[in-house]
Amino acid sequence: MSTPGTDTTPQRKPTATPRTSLRLRDHLKKIAPFITLLFLIVFFSVASPASFLTWNNLTNILTQISVTGIIATGLTFVILCAEIDLSVGSVANAVGIVLAFFTAQDASVNIANVPLPGWVAIVLALTSAVIFGLVTAFGVTRIGIPSFIMTLAMLQIGAGVCAMLVRGQIAYNVPDVIKVLGTKALGPIPWIVIVAALVLAAGHFVLTYTRFGRYVYMVGGNREAAEYSGVNVRAVVASVMIIGAVCSGFAGMLGVAHLGSAQQDEFVDYLLDSIAAVVVGGTSLFGGQGGIPNTIIGLFVLGVLNNGLDHVKIDSFLKVLIRGLILLTALIINIYAQRIRSRSLEE
Amino acid sequence: MQARAKGMSATGPVLELSGISKHFGGVNALADVDFVLDGGQVHGLVGENGAGKSTLMKIIAGVHTDFEGTMRLDGVEVRFRSAHDARAAGIGMVYQELSVVRDLSVAENVFLGRQPTGTLGLIAWRHMMREAGDHLRGLGIDVDPQARMGALPVGLQQLVELSRVLFSGARVIILDEPTSALSPPEIDRLFGLLRKLRDDGRTIVFISHFLDDVLRVSDTVTIFRNGRKVATGAAANIEKRWIIERMIGAGNDALEAGYTQDIRLEGRDDTQIVLEVDQLSFGRAYRGVSLNVRAGEVLGLYGFMGCGQLELVRTLFGGLKPDHGTIRLEGNPVRMSNTAAARRAGIAFVPESRRSMLFLLEPMYKNVSISILERLSRFLLKPSREREIAAEQGRRLRIVPASVERRVGTFSGGNQQKIALAKWLNFLPKVLILSEPTRGMDVGAKADVVRIVQGLRDEGVAILVASTEPETVLAMADRVLVMKKGEIVHEFADEVISKDRLLAAA
Ligand SMILES: Nc1ncnc2c1ncn2[C@@H]1O[C@H](COP(=O)(O)OP(=O)(O)OP(=O)(O)O)[C@@H](O)[C@H]1O
Ligand SMILES: [Mg+2]
Repeated sequence: MSTPGTDTTPQRKPTATPRTSLRLRDHLKKIAPFITLLFLIVFFSVASPASFLTWNNLTNILTQISVTGIIATGLTFVILCAEIDLSVGSVANAVGIVLAFFTAQDASVNIANVPLPGWVAIVLALTSAVIFGLVTAFGVTRIGIPSFIMTLAMLQIGAGVCAMLVRGQIAYNVPDVIKVLGTKALGPIPWIVIVAALVLAAGHFVLTYTRFGRYVYMVGGNREAAEYSGVNVRAVVASVMIIGAVCSGFAGMLGVAHLGSAQQDEFVDYLLDSIAAVVVGGTSLFGGQGGIPNTIIGLFVLGVLNNGLDHVKIDSFLKVLIRGLILLTALIINIYAQRIRSRSLEE
Repeated sequence: MQARAKGMSATGPVLELSGISKHFGGVNALADVDFVLDGGQVHGLVGENGAGKSTLMKIIAGVHTDFEGTMRLDGVEVRFRSAHDARAAGIGMVYQELSVVRDLSVAENVFLGRQPTGTLGLIAWRHMMREAGDHLRGLGIDVDPQARMGALPVGLQQLVELSRVLFSGARVIILDEPTSALSPPEIDRLFGLLRKLRDDGRTIVFISHFLDDVLRVSDTVTIFRNGRKVATGAAANIEKRWIIERMIGAGNDALEAGYTQDIRLEGRDDTQIVLEVDQLSFGRAYRGVSLNVRAGEVLGLYGFMGCGQLELVRTLFGGLKPDHGTIRLEGNPVRMSNTAAARRAGIAFVPESRRSMLFLLEPMYKNVSISILERLSRFLLKPSREREIAAEQGRRLRIVPASVERRVGTFSGGNQQKIALAKWLNFLPKVLILSEPTRGMDVGAKADVVRIVQGLRDEGVAILVASTEPETVLAMADRVLVMKKGEIVHEFADEVISKDRLLAAA
């Protein structure tokens, strides 16, 4: 027998409907996020053609999803490994504040900070992100705390670091490079969009073309099998937790520049948004399935939705609820898709 | 033999299938199969890996609902829409892949889906625990009904799963390779029970690659090949050779060996000792185990289920940390902090459970290449190289269908087992540890594995084969250690051995 078992193999006999519909449904689940995106674009284009469907607004959307996109890149690694990181927003906030803390501030800012040259501040901020990641990785892989709980604790610790450093104040200055990346544009395209695109591309490259990326998928797909294939599962899990923290930290640095200030509780929304982006895109919460392309679609779905709702003059309180409902829907589809996938094997 | 005569009290057809065909994508798993199950019989089902046995049984059990052909139960045409429908109609199946719920207790697994309830519809826990305990003891299984299923060794899990279907009251009981993890005494007990159920008028389908077992317990035997039924006959009139001829063709007499005759073990003491284990202990699993394996030698490790060999082989691959003792590789003590370290030191390991060694949703080539990625590339993957290697291994092990892109979950059970072995054959390890290497393989595939293991041995690999199947150990080993209750109790070296002697030592 040399028949390849791919989906495209033509079938000689037409068969009854149940299996065909199962395959169709499997397929539908895969493109569901894409259809959602198209639907949203069409909907908002029709609802407010004058303001939604403009070049300017596209740049807006891209800019709005950039910081989330950088966080979501790291989170994609984490979720592919069947772990979770709830501390992303908090770590972003803390690292952004660390950056500001080591940058000279105006006299009006009443913080006992330590001004250092820009590149030193950047290095220190990134180091703090790595330390956050290392602590999480240690808790998860060495002590064996489930990542869900461990990162919940890190969320609080991150908030604590923020509080200690700014003490209720607001800092405004960040090193010049970061300020340029966060606020300026290269021709028509904001730098922050370019950076986010590069980070996403790098994430995709690592996941698809490197050995480490393969290990991430395999550990997420079946941890026991990875272990018995001689993969250092702990090292892989530790690495994704560190990647998650570094991406968050980097996003926090740009975010602080982009938002123009560094203060407590600035990144609260980013936790939900980045998890939603990964999950809406169709990356499996059980690990092993999905990737950066999914995350990109998820980012656009959220970006278009958040942005579009602003254009159709909807009650801003209702917006909050709608976001929650979207996330719930995505979760349901995600779990359901996973079930269909494993069913198509048992069948 | 006399048991068979009793089976003649068959009560006519219970289940009749005609013109059954089933495709998976482009693969024809079954082609126009007619199959009749008589009441009060044990019906043996044999055939190569991928012949379609499991597929046909899953159709009967309502798992595959999309197929061509008709099915009659007691003369009435039926079409199950789910496994639940089939269960309601009195058809129960034990799947080839364990489908126990690891996080529930043993008792809950025995009563899965039909927990006894008391007043107010609450689950009658006491009653359930007691009943489950009784059932299991009836099968000769001594296990605490409250124990968590996942904590038991695979063999015990298999027994518990068996008991669930055996005691469910089903009239048609389908057992897909139920004995793969059982020891001879357990198999005997199971067969006794099957005969009893049959004499009560139940119908039993028994799928196995152990042809002696099939002939021993069945009244009728049906042979499948390439999705077709090629022969059916009364077991009393059939010989093993006849079956093998129909399964894989004539000229395979060598596969017939039943290992009842004496075998001379040719020990070797001229090569270097590669793996040396000294006074190794791990919890309550095993104590004071010392052994060594030389280059170019196959050491067999035989013992009944639960004798500690599963834990021992895991320790040797860095999966468990021993409490005491040392492991030396080529004379140097090694401390393996994880399995990656063991792999890098040159140790390869194939565990006994398919689920714990395969990535079912990933294509075949990624499963084969996972343990050699470090050798293929420093940083970037080389997928075309991976595919090449996988295709080569596929040919070598005769994995069908020969598609490296196919998701591993869609291969038949025996072919999945071959894929798990394939991933270690890409480069030569110093030590190859195989746990139940031929579980679930058909006779031809078993012979292939024996051939491959012998080839590796001749290339100088030190090989440790741990198994609860005497045949496997006898077919491969140059020297045999017998393990019992966590200790090594006997060594067969440089002497004549037979299945009986091996069993007597265990
Ligand atoms: N879910 C599935 N998707 C695609 N192909 C499948 C699926 N299940 C089985 N097959 C294919 O159908 C054929 C028959 O498989 P089946 O599992 O019935 O074999 P089997 O006789 O039980 O073999 P074994 O002894 O190895 O268990 C094989 O070629 C297998 O690859
Ligand atoms: Mg099978």
